[in-house]
Amino acid sequence: MSRIDINKTYKLFIGGAFPRSESGRVYEVKGSNKKFLANPALASRKDLRDAVVAAKSSQAGWAGATAFNRGQILYRIAEIMQGRSEQFTEEISALEGVTSKAAKLQVEEAIDTWVWYSGWCDKLSSVAGSQNQVSGPFYNFTTPESLGVVAIFAESKPSLLGAVRTLAPVLAGGNSAVLIASEAYPLPAITLGEVLATSDLPAGVVNILTGKTSELYPWVGSHMEIDGVDVAGLSKKQEEELKLVGADNLKRIARFSTINHPERILSFMEQKTIWHPIGI
Amino acid sequence: MIIDGSETSLRKFLSDLPPVDQVGAEARAGMLATRSIKTTSKAWAIDMAISMVDLTTLEGADTPSKVKSLCAKAVRPDPTDLTVPSVGAICVYNDMVKIARTELDAIGGESIPVAAVATAFPSGRASLAVKKLDTQDAIDAGANEIDMVIDRGAFLSGKLYQVFEEIKVIKQICGDKAHLKVILETGELVTYDNVRKASYLAMLAGADFIKTSTGKVAPAATAPVVLVMLEAVRDYFTLTGKKIGVKPAGGIRTTKDAIKQLVLVKETAGEQWLTPDLFRIGASALLNDLLMQRMKLRTGHYASANYVTVD
Repeated sequence: MSRIDINKTYKLFIGGAFPRSESGRVYEVKGSNKKFLANPALASRKDLRDAVVAAKSSQAGWAGATAFNRGQILYRIAEIMQGRSEQFTEEISALEGVTSKAAKLQVEEAIDTWVWYSGWCDKLSSVAGSQNQVSGPFYNFTTPESLGVVAIFAESKPSLLGAVRTLAPVLAGGNSAVLIASEAYPLPAITLGEVLATSDLPAGVVNILTGKTSELYPWVGSHMEIDGVDVAGLSKKQEEELKLVGADNLKRIARFSTINHPERILSFMEQKTIWHPIGI
Repeated sequence: MIIDGSETSLRKFLSDLPPVDQVGAEARAGMLATRSIKTTSKAWAIDMAISMVDLTTLEGADTPSKVKSLCAKAVRPDPTDLTVPSVGAICVYNDMVKIARTELDAIGGESIPVAAVATAFPSGRASLAVKKLDTQDAIDAGANEIDMVIDRGAFLSGKLYQVFEEIKVIKQICGDKAHLKVILETGELVTYDNVRKASYLAMLAGADFIKTSTGKVAPAATAPVVLVMLEAVRDYFTLTGKKIGVKPAGGIRTTKDAIKQLVLVKETAGEQWLTPDLFRIGASALLNDLLMQRMKLRTGHYASANYVTVD
């Protein structure tokens, strides 16, 4: 007897749960061969609002965890991804139309990216912090501190790696994230959400939305609770518009040309300087 | 008078009350919660909700400074926007009443009442003599409203007349100096029938307001409970011509929650109850969310908690 296909419903990832869009909308995603693949949720601005609420409420706890613990959790994400690598490989090759070998390479690189950033968590303050010489009986330290809620527009291709290499540095710095998956290639990002949900990452630290970039970016730009934006997946024109509305709360808006680099972590961090009297 | 004040007549009246249709009440409350309130109606609802908030701090760790800053917030919830109305009242423990009253009077909040939780809040486990002293103490300190708790132990073990008498005595102490709000602590009453019974009992004993909860027990002000209480005040008005207020407290944290409560009021008790004189919301975190939603409506973009006060 033939068996009926059990297809996955690709939903959003908000606050540790997988809800549909509050708008009830979905859109069609086709594979490289123009064949129908899935109907992921088409997130509305209210889903973005909910995602930011979840991100904001979990951020203090994530930033307050020890850097060592954050590193362990990032490594754990790599472990869990490894177990699901076949699923990612199939998803990528169906979506992007690349060979399974190329897809597998992309998955491995994504896993290695988590490992790479996990190592940075507890070394960052030693490398990027400093003890400053001041004229007076004080110790004076500068250390990097997390920024807050960072929104990410993931690059389209490579679909999985594009999401991971924007997301991992944001988390390594102790920020919480709202990842807006690529409009055309969103599926691996949602599966990544399923990995994150089972990796000891506190609920709400990462939230993943799928939908129309053009619909969401103005709301991301003007949202006062979002402190930074990685605009990898936006056009130059969209980036300019986002910068205009984002000026209201002095958002950090960045686009990176480097692949894996500690600068990507530090771009979404603040420098805090502490004065402490000597002898007490 | 619908009862003559004797235990027999009270018992008869309460036992003759029709039981609450549990499924019906939950379905009705659930249905009303789906109503969508937008744009100008939402703006109106937010301002109405702000003016109904009983801004509350009931912690062991309360300090005079905390109460003072709460008073400042009560008068001017958003110092950057003078069009925001003041809140309905300040709700504190007895020993903070004088501090709150003095502070409010000093900063232009003379019209904002101070509510004190009395009668061995939150458990109500004390002798009547202590409860009377507690109430008198709050009124002497300048409380305009008394939020008393009922003895749930007595109520649940069937000593309804004892509860009735207790409320009556406290009401006598309040006299015309203070409004009396009676806290039913619905989370401990178990059934909707008990909520209905306790609501009538409190109203018959002279309550000016019936209040759901202390905020120390969960579940607190759930929508079906508030619905049952609103039905009770509506029917009591039909019976006696007297309007009793309702105050849900505990668990109302977002603007959405607050607007749902307003819809319940409008659809159950009627529009005449949509005033701070007859409906209050006991809350602390709610006010910041109301302010943020107000900012969102005014500026067109989502607001941040960085722009409201930390309480």
